[in-house]
Amino acid sequence: MSLLAIDKLSIRYGDSLAVADIGFSIEKGESVGLVGESGSGKSQTALAILGLLPATASVSGSIRFDGQELLGADNKTLDQLRATRVAIVFQDPMQALNPFVTIGAQLQRILLRHDIGTASGARNRVVEMLARVGLPDASRQYAAFPHELSGGMRQRAMIASALLAGPDLLIADEPTTALDVTVQAQILDLLEDIREDTSLLLITHDLGVVAGRCERMLVVEKGRLVEQGMTRDIFTRPQHEHTKALIKAAPRLTDSGAAAAKLGEDVLAISGAEVRYRSKGGQVIPAVRDVDLSVSEGETLAVVGESGSGKSSLVRAALGLVPMHAGRVVYCGDQLAAGLGDRSKATRRGMQLVFQDPTGSLNPQMRVASIVGEPLLVHEAGLSAKERRQKAAAMLDKTGLSGEFLDRYPHELSGGQAQRVAIARALILEPKVLVCDEAVAALDGTVREQILRLLRRVQEESGLAIIFITHDLAVVRAVSHRVLVMYLGRLVEMASNEALFGRPRHPYTRALLDAVPVPDPDNAGGRTTVIGEVPSALQPPQGCAFHPRCPHAKSVCQEQRPEATNLDETLVSCHLATELA
Amino acid sequence: MNRGMKVSGGILLGIIAVAFIGPLLSPHDYLQTDFDALLQGPTSNDFHIFGTDDLGRDLFVRSMLGVQVTILVAIVASAVSLLIGVAYGATAGYLGGRIDAVMMRFVDTLYALPFIFFVILLMVAFERNFLLIFVAIGAINWLDMARIVRGQTLSLREREFVEAARLTGVSTARIMFRHIAPNLFGVVIVYVTLTIPQAILVESFLSFLGLGIQEPQTSLGALVDAGVNQMEGASWMLLIPAALLAVILLCFNFFGDAMRDAFDARDEK
Repeated sequence: MSLLAIDKLSIRYGDSLAVADIGFSIEKGESVGLVGESGSGKSQTALAILGLLPATASVSGSIRFDGQELLGADNKTLDQLRATRVAIVFQDPMQALNPFVTIGAQLQRILLRHDIGTASGARNRVVEMLARVGLPDASRQYAAFPHELSGGMRQRAMIASALLAGPDLLIADEPTTALDVTVQAQILDLLEDIREDTSLLLITHDLGVVAGRCERMLVVEKGRLVEQGMTRDIFTRPQHEHTKALIKAAPRLTDSGAAAAKLGEDVLAISGAEVRYRSKGGQVIPAVRDVDLSVSEGETLAVVGESGSGKSSLVRAALGLVPMHAGRVVYCGDQLAAGLGDRSKATRRGMQLVFQDPTGSLNPQMRVASIVGEPLLVHEAGLSAKERRQKAAAMLDKTGLSGEFLDRYPHELSGGQAQRVAIARALILEPKVLVCDEAVAALDGTVREQILRLLRRVQEESGLAIIFITHDLAVVRAVSHRVLVMYLGRLVEMASNEALFGRPRHPYTRALLDAVPVPDPDNAGGRTTVIGEVPSALQPPQGCAFHPRCPHAKSVCQEQRPEATNLDETLVSCHLATELA
Repeated sequence: MNRGMKVSGGILLGIIAVAFIGPLLSPHDYLQTDFDALLQGPTSNDFHIFGTDDLGRDLFVRSMLGVQVTILVAIVASAVSLLIGVAYGATAGYLGGRIDAVMMRFVDTLYALPFIFFVILLMVAFERNFLLIFVAIGAINWLDMARIVRGQTLSLREREFVEAARLTGVSTARIMFRHIAPNLFGVVIVYVTLTIPQAILVESFLSFLGLGIQEPQTSLGALVDAGVNQMEGASWMLLIPAALLAVILLCFNFFGDAMRDAFDARDEK
């Protein structure tokens, strides 16, 4: 008998069908990946298993766990089941943990609530579990509040709470999506190591994660199960069109889509950039320290780093959105004033930004036509309302949206459509530099492909210089000509796309590359040799900022900050760069 | 328009229509005393459908006059607080920095003034009139509004669509009117529905202290106050204006809630 057997499961909200006729089973000890894009119904399925769907959902079909029917079971049965036999880990641990209760107390409650052990025994068991999931100094973390832990540590605590009662089935719903890539690899490793004979249902949009970690996989599209089978078989011989599209769109590190740039003049150059913030306590946080970059006509420069690397601060300072403490910004040969208000209209026109959150960057109370046409009000004040609308329509057409979108509101757009509108708004002024700040991070794989293709096409037509800020190395590989890797506000490595991916020089760059999950079951990547997480920017480590996490660190790394030096075509800041080569 | 809005709006409109038309149809006048019918309970006799008060004045006509005054006070006071509060709060919040600090300290200073003392001063300095009561209530309410709007603006200012507008060089005035103000609507409308009942209550409180509406003019607050004095013998004098007050307060609350749902573009399903 299967541990979990789902048959003809349908979930409906009013007239819309969220999950249609899904059926699959999970055996004891098996790890199964459930893959789909946003809105495919994968999370709904997970919630249905746990009986956590909202009251507005009408559910039909059958969900049997260990022979017991869960649909229609009473709350008491479900309650007992949820804590002790089926557990879930959500995407955002900060929202899943109670901010007012210490980690230890929250975990202990689970045990006491279900009469597992005594109060004193429970404490020991919790500390033991926290240690097992890799929380350093577990007895101290027992008394910590959720906000005192880093994102990765919080997710470890969540996993501890899920595994505490020794469940038979662990459901992990996008458990690493909110985490940095090196931390993601650590958490996935942990899930694999710790579960022993617990079955795992891993829900994710990332095929790379499934390729390396799951024996079997299920593919859902728009609420329907379109394909299931052994992971290896599906990757080698996908049957369904949607699966093929997903695999095709999945990010890879192997091939670069970007042809070598024909190098023109430098359009934008930043030198010696320093950006500092002041924390609430009055402490100075150095976000960017002494970084140079330049981008030329028709070139795409990727700026890569994990959270806290200063990649966004650097570019925002160049745009004049945050104050730059020191350094020069040169645009088309002219040095720019630091403040946005002191810059000429022409330079402001020349540099535009596309944000990460497509809907957040559009005013919810304005129609698409006004959003796209608004920049013209400032820069081409002579235009009539009708001409503005025409120009907006033409621009939208270029980004692949027809005229019917002109009168829509942002909430009526999908993520990809909203991002096209944001790109149209940025491009309507015909800028020379376009900054994309994680512009495809929030999009599904197939949509991401389309947006990247759109940007590339615009670049070929107009010679636009693009600065692409991202944490996703697969995107970097696909779009960039040159890459700047940052860590804790400093340059780590700068090289051409080919050089960086072909021969990474810095241990941090290597770690990033190793940690990327690749959609290939034979060579899945997603592993890491790097330990821990990015330290707080408030007190960056002495010497080389990366040394506490570096597998090769020597004493010189602790004492002396490495200067950026040229090694072949690569600029790298590492004492050991020549040694490790 | 959703159902809550239709129902509560309909009841409000009905009450207001009756309040303005009803007294014209009644044979009685709000001043006229009927010594044959002192403390007369509700009766169809002689059209005293809500009864009379201790001076023999027709309670229906007086109640309707009270509704007129109460609604007028509430709407004008809320409009005053809305205009000043939104303009002030949005300016402080968007400009930020030192200007924000100075503007909000001014609000804090006004908060520190004892309200009743302030009203008495106004009453002494000027003649008692309706307008003054509107101004006094509005002048207090806009402080809360300004604080709420400022807080909301502070978070809107950091939103990406505002940053995008700044980057393309959109003027500050346009950012305020096109990007900030429309997105404040939801919060403001909810708060206005709170200030309307609040203004009604403040007005009745002032009337009770003898600082508000003066006899023979009246408001619902003043009528409730008079009713409390006659509560044991003539319960209708309390119950009728109190019920009207309660229904009006409830309807404003429902209406505000429904307005927010209906007008927020994001909530369109």
